[in-house]
Amino acid sequence: MAITTARSPLELPSGADSAGVRPLGVFARPVKPTGWKNWLFTVDHKKIGIMYGVGSMFFFVVGGLEALLIRAQLARPGQKLLSADLYNQVFTMHGVTMVFLVVMPMAAAFANYLLPLQIGARDVAFPRLNALSFWIWIFGALFFNSSWLLGGGADGGWFNYAPNNGVLFSPSHGIDFYAVGLLITGIASLVSAINLIVTVINMRAPGMTWFKLPVFTWMTLVTQFLLLFALPVITVALFLLMFDRLYGSNFFNAALGGDPMLWQHLFWIFGHPEVYIMILPSFGIVSEVIPVFSRKPIFGYPFMVFSGIAIGFMGWGVWAHHMFASGIGPMSVTAFSLSTMFIAVPTGVKILNWIATMWGGRIKYTVAMMFSIGLVGMFTIGGLSGVTHAFAPADTQQTDTYYIVAHFHYVLFGGALLGLFSGFYFWWPKVFGYMLREGIGKWHFWLTLIGFNLTFGPMHILGLQGMSRRIFTYSKGQGFEFWNFVATIGAFTIAVGLLVFFYNVLVSHRAYKKSGIGCGPDPWDARSLEWMIPSPAPEHNFDEIPVISELDEFWHRKYGHDENGRLARVATTEDVAQKGDAQNVHLPSPSYWPIVLGASMPFIGYGLIFNIAWAIPGVLLLIAGMFGWVIEPSTDPEAPQSHDDHDGPTEDHPPGLAAPNVEGDPAAGLVAAAQDAELEAIAEAH
Amino acid sequence: MIDLATAPAEIVHDDHGTHDEHEAHATVTGISNEKLAMWVFLGSECLLFGGLISTYMLYKNRPGAFEVRDAAEGALTGTSAKVSALFDIPFTSVSSFILLASSLTMVFAVTAAKRNDFEKLRLWLGATAALGATFVGGQMYEFTTFVREGATFSSNVSTSAFYALTGFHGAHVMIGVIMLLSTVALTFRARTPKAESVEIVGLYWHFVDVVWILIFTVIYLIK
Repeated sequence: MAITTARSPLELPSGADSAGVRPLGVFARPVKPTGWKNWLFTVDHKKIGIMYGVGSMFFFVVGGLEALLIRAQLARPGQKLLSADLYNQVFTMHGVTMVFLVVMPMAAAFANYLLPLQIGARDVAFPRLNALSFWIWIFGALFFNSSWLLGGGADGGWFNYAPNNGVLFSPSHGIDFYAVGLLITGIASLVSAINLIVTVINMRAPGMTWFKLPVFTWMTLVTQFLLLFALPVITVALFLLMFDRLYGSNFFNAALGGDPMLWQHLFWIFGHPEVYIMILPSFGIVSEVIPVFSRKPIFGYPFMVFSGIAIGFMGWGVWAHHMFASGIGPMSVTAFSLSTMFIAVPTGVKILNWIATMWGGRIKYTVAMMFSIGLVGMFTIGGLSGVTHAFAPADTQQTDTYYIVAHFHYVLFGGALLGLFSGFYFWWPKVFGYMLREGIGKWHFWLTLIGFNLTFGPMHILGLQGMSRRIFTYSKGQGFEFWNFVATIGAFTIAVGLLVFFYNVLVSHRAYKKSGIGCGPDPWDARSLEWMIPSPAPEHNFDEIPVISELDEFWHRKYGHDENGRLARVATTEDVAQKGDAQNVHLPSPSYWPIVLGASMPFIGYGLIFNIAWAIPGVLLLIAGMFGWVIEPSTDPEAPQSHDDHDGPTEDHPPGLAAPNVEGDPAAGLVAAAQDAELEAIAEAH
Repeated sequence: MIDLATAPAEIVHDDHGTHDEHEAHATVTGISNEKLAMWVFLGSECLLFGGLISTYMLYKNRPGAFEVRDAAEGALTGTSAKVSALFDIPFTSVSSFILLASSLTMVFAVTAAKRNDFEKLRLWLGATAALGATFVGGQMYEFTTFVREGATFSSNVSTSAFYALTGFHGAHVMIGVIMLLSTVALTFRARTPKAESVEIVGLYWHFVDVVWILIFTVIYLIK
C-alpha cells in the first residue's frame, strides 16, 4: 500500500522554494518554545487538555465559593450576609459557571487528552483549531466573570427567563455579559465539536472500527454531535436576547408583541441536550473505570453504545418537560411527559450494564472505582427523582422548588462531577506520570460523598415542604431551618473534600519529585490504547500507530487463553507497551494565531456592551489572526523535525532534508510503512 | 473483518470525484479532514437558520403597527402596515436569481481548479464574488428603503424578526464573498491550485444559496 500524503488542501505550498525566505505574511513560528511560551502557543492536544483541566478547576473553585456564599446566606432564617440583589447574582453566576465553565470544559479536558490516544492518533484533526477552542473559551470565561467588576453579574438565573432577562427587570450589564459571554464560549465549543467529530470519524488507527472504539470515545462523540446541533439554537436565543437588550428589539417583551415563551423554547431545545452534554462524558469515564477495576470487560458493549446514541437522539424530544408550568397545553404536556419517561430507559440500560460489569468481578476499591460507584448510586437517585417530575401533575407541584434543585444536583454533581473526579484519579498517572495517593483520595471521596448527600439530600424534603428555589432568605417558623442548616454543613464538607484533593495533588507531586519513581505506562492493568504508551504520554503519542484487531486491544495483547481455555497472561506490559523513544516524529508546529484570535473576543464583547469603538482593536486582531492563520502553513517548513513521509522529494519538500526515523503523518494518523506487512497479514487472516 | 480503516486507498477514491493524482487522502473515510469539517459545520448552520426561521414564522403575523412613512418626503402617513406590505417581490426575485446564478459560476470555478486552469479559476471565483456582492447590495438597498418607509429594526417584532433572519443570511453571504476574494488572492501565491480548498469554499457558498431559497420562500412567497 502506497503511503499517501495528507497535506491540508487549504494549505499553501509556501516556504518550499528556499529555506529562510518566508512568503509575505508568513511570520516566524514559535519554534521549540520553552517555559510558559510552550503552553501559550502549543497545539498539542495533551497540553491543551491539561490547560482545560486547570482552567475548569479554577472556575470550579470560583463557582464553589459562590455556592458557599449561597449556603452561608441560607444557613439560618433572616440571614443578612447577601442582599436579595447580590443573592440573585451569586446563584446565577454559580449556575452558569458550573455548567459552562466547569462541567463542559472539564469534560473537554478529558476529551482532548484522551480521544486521540484512545483511537490511536497522533493528534486531533485540527491541532490549531483545538488551541483556538481553548483560548476562546478561557477568554470568554474571563470576560463573563469580569462582569463582577463592571456593575454586577447576571441575575436572571442560569436559564434566564423572559421577562426577567429584559432591561426593565435587569438594568445592570450582567445579562449582557451573560449573552455575549456565552456566545463567545459557544464558538469555542462549536469549533471543538467539529474538530473532535472529524477526529473520530477520520483519524482512527487502522483496524479501529466503530465497534472497537472505547466507550469513552463513543460517549464523547455523541456529546460533540449534541453540541454541534444544540449550540446554534442557544446562539440564536442569545443573539435575540442581545438585540433586545442592546439594540431595542422586543423579541421577548410581551408588552410589545414579543413572546417570552420563545426564549423558553429556544433555551430548552438547547438546554435539554446540554444536560446530556454534561453527563455523557462522565458516563464514558465510568464505563472505562468500572471494567478495569472489576477485572471484566464492559457488560453489553453494543448496548452501552446504542443506549448512548439513543440518549443523543431522544434528548432532542424532551425539552418542554422544563415548561410544564408554562402553559404549553395538555397535548404538549402529555407528549413530553411520555417522551421524558422513555428517555429513562436507555439511561437505565447503562446503570444495569455497569452493575452487571461489576457483578462477579474481582472488584478493586481504588479511589477511581469508588467515585465511579458513587456515580452509579447517586445518578440513580437523581434519575429516579427525574422520573418523578416526568409526571406533569407532580411536576407542577415541584417546579421552582428545592426538589428540582436537589434533582439536578444529584445528576450533575452526583453524576457528572463524581464521574470527572473518577477520571482524575484514573488518568492522573497517565497525564502526569505519578499516582495520586489512594489513602488521601479515600478521604476526598468520603468527604465529597457525605457532604454531597448532606447538602442535596435535605433539599428533596425542603422542596416538598414548599421552599421555592431562588429566594434569598426565609423566615423563622416555616419549618425550613433544620434542613437548610444541614445543607450548609454539607456544602462546607464538600469544600473540605476539595481541599483534600488539592492537598493530595501537592503531596503526591512532591513525593514524585523527591523519589523520581514514576508509575510506568500501565499502573492499573488497564484495557485501552492510552495505557500502551509511557506515562506521561510522550509528545508524539505513539512510536508507531498500533493496528487494532480487538475491542480493548491493549488488554488482548496482554491476555490470552492457555491450553485449557482459561484466561492467562501472555505478555507483560513491558513487552507490549511502546517505549516512547521515537525520534523526529512529524508533529504539528506551534502557532501564535490561536491565542491572538482568542484575545480578540473580549474586546469585541466589551465593544458590543459599552462602546462600539472598543471593538475596533478586537476586530483588527480578529482579521490579523484569521489571515495570519490562513497564510501560515499548518506545518512549519522551517521546523527541523518537520518532514512528510513522501517517498521522494516533492515540491513541498525538496531533497536534502533528513528522512524521519518514524513515518506516519500526525495530521492523518497514517499507517507507517513498517506496518504494511502486518496489516496484510491480518487482512489475510480474515 | 477489516473495514474502512484499513481499506486500500483505491476503494476510497471511488467515493468522490475530487481526488487528484498527487494527493490521495489517507483518512479513514477518504474524505479529507477539511472537507468533512465543512460538512459538519454546515450541519450546525442548519440549526442556526432553523432557529431564525422559526422565530420569523412565529412573529410574521404579529400586529405590525409601525407607522408608514412616505418614502419620498419622509413624512408620517398615519397608516400602519406589516413589513410584508413593503416587499417588492419582483426586485427581490431578481436579486435572488443573481444569488442562485452565483452557484453556477462557483461550479465553473471548481472545475477550473481541477483542470489547473488559473485564469478561469480567478475569473469564475471573481464572478461568483461579484454576483454575491450584488445580492448583498440589493439587500442593503432593500433595507434602506424599508427604513425610509418607517420599518426599522426595532419597529415591532415582525420587522425585528425579518431583519434578524435576512441580516444573518446577508452576513453569511458577505463572509462568503470575503472567502472567495481571499481564495482569488491566494491563487497568486500557489503554483498549483488546491482544487479541494476551492471546493470547500464552494460547499459553503452553495449552502448559503440553498438557505436563501428557503428564506425567500418563507418570507416573500408564503402569504
